[in-house]
Amino acid sequence: MTVAALRHVEVDYARGRALGPVDLSVGAGEIVALVGPSGCGKSTALRLLAALEAPTRGEVVRTPGRGETAVVFQAPTLAPWLSARANAALPLELAGVPAADARRRADQALARVGLAGAETARPAQLSGGMAMRVSLARALVTNPKLLLLDEPFAALDEITRRALADDVLTLWAATKPAIVFVTHNVEEAVYMAGRVVVMSRGPGRIAGVFPVEGPLPRPPGFRTDARFRRTVEEVSAALAEGIAA
Amino acid sequence: MRRLADIAAPLALTLLLLAGWEIACRALAVPVYFLPPPSAVAVALAQNLPVLGDAAWRTLSVALIALVVASLIAQALAILTALSPLLDRAIRPLASVVQVTPVVALAPLVLIWAGLDHPERALVALAVVVAFFPIFSGATAGLRAADPDLERLFELYGASRWQRVARLRLPSAIPFLLEGHKVGAGLSLIGAVVAEFGAGSGGVRGLAWQILDAGNKLQTARMIAALVVLGAMGVALNAVLEAAQRAGLRWWRGR
Repeated sequence: MTVAALRHVEVDYARGRALGPVDLSVGAGEIVALVGPSGCGKSTALRLLAALEAPTRGEVVRTPGRGETAVVFQAPTLAPWLSARANAALPLELAGVPAADARRRADQALARVGLAGAETARPAQLSGGMAMRVSLARALVTNPKLLLLDEPFAALDEITRRALADDVLTLWAATKPAIVFVTHNVEEAVYMAGRVVVMSRGPGRIAGVFPVEGPLPRPPGFRTDARFRRTVEEVSAALAEGIAA
Repeated sequence: MRRLADIAAPLALTLLLLAGWEIACRALAVPVYFLPPPSAVAVALAQNLPVLGDAAWRTLSVALIALVVASLIAQALAILTALSPLLDRAIRPLASVVQVTPVVALAPLVLIWAGLDHPERALVALAVVVAFFPIFSGATAGLRAADPDLERLFELYGASRWQRVARLRLPSAIPFLLEGHKVGAGLSLIGAVVAEFGAGSGGVRGLAWQILDAGNKLQTARMIAALVVLGAMGVALNAVLEAAQRAGLRWWRGR
């Protein structure tokens, strides 16, 4: 079942064609990674899927209703004046969920991302990785059917990055939302996704699609698995070709 | 050590300047009505302290009332500009007119409107005019300073226009509002003094009136004493607002 799809979508900006034509379909419970050089329109594709932007031509199909789509940005994007709990509860609060209920569900979401005990902390008191976890809790609090991640770990160190990648996969396994995430880290894309979509720029198009074999979440040692290494190399090659073209 | 120097250095310079002033007045036999020595100013200050204190309180209360009124009007208008682009276009140019009009030029008109029996109302209104703009401009800038990704998030979750203003833009504007109020408070004090000058002898008997009255009577030492009180009041007000701004920012950021 398709959760969201771009059907022959094109996006024009004042300076010319930014994206397309692009066809991309995301099935229920699927994890899709978009990789590509900067300016290839991968963030635009994500905003189209979130309905934060409209295509110039073509059609965006979305089955999740309002509140069933969540976005995590590159920066944690937390309100500095709100506690971790209030930040995580924000989507519920905007939807008019009673305060006590919103608070309880926010605390649960924070516990799921490993932040039990940090409910009253302000973003300024949290590390970059912890702030990103609050951002993730905020996205998960509505139990979204479609989770969109825009280079979510780009600002974090390698160890935190890898830990969060595993955590996202564990969280995904619990409720199986469809996930589309943008990254320019090929290993991260192959590690986290069931399908890697390579994009090229000028204007942004899909240059190749690579299914990734292996179970999700990944078993320990998956990064050294031969299948993993092979896919990483294939994707890297396609990426290099797309940039050269 | 650093802090000690911060206090000691300006204090030493002030004492040095005062000493130079005292010595020059005595050595050159400067007439007291032209430039009284600091000792004479100190005496005038001590003699007139109750009167000057009373006058300072009148001026300060005008400034503080004006600050509150200006704050309410400026923030209400800024919220209207944030809610509607049309109102934004309508209000902004008029706000700029208020900013560029010199308050002394408005004083005679406002005094007529307030009526001779209520000069204090005119003074408050004039100080409001001066204090309004920095708060309004801080508020409008702050209401536009919200994180664009947070704006997208509010859009994603279908926030209403009012929710965006109340839950995102207003809290995002708080650092700007604190700065605007600090500047506005300083200006409202200046506005109150200038308005008193504009009102002349019919006005509230505040510090500006004390200065005018002492000047008319050639009591130069009393004039300078009133200036000293005005300066001290300004410094104190500024210190209180700086502290309030710091505390406000700490609360906003959570550390």
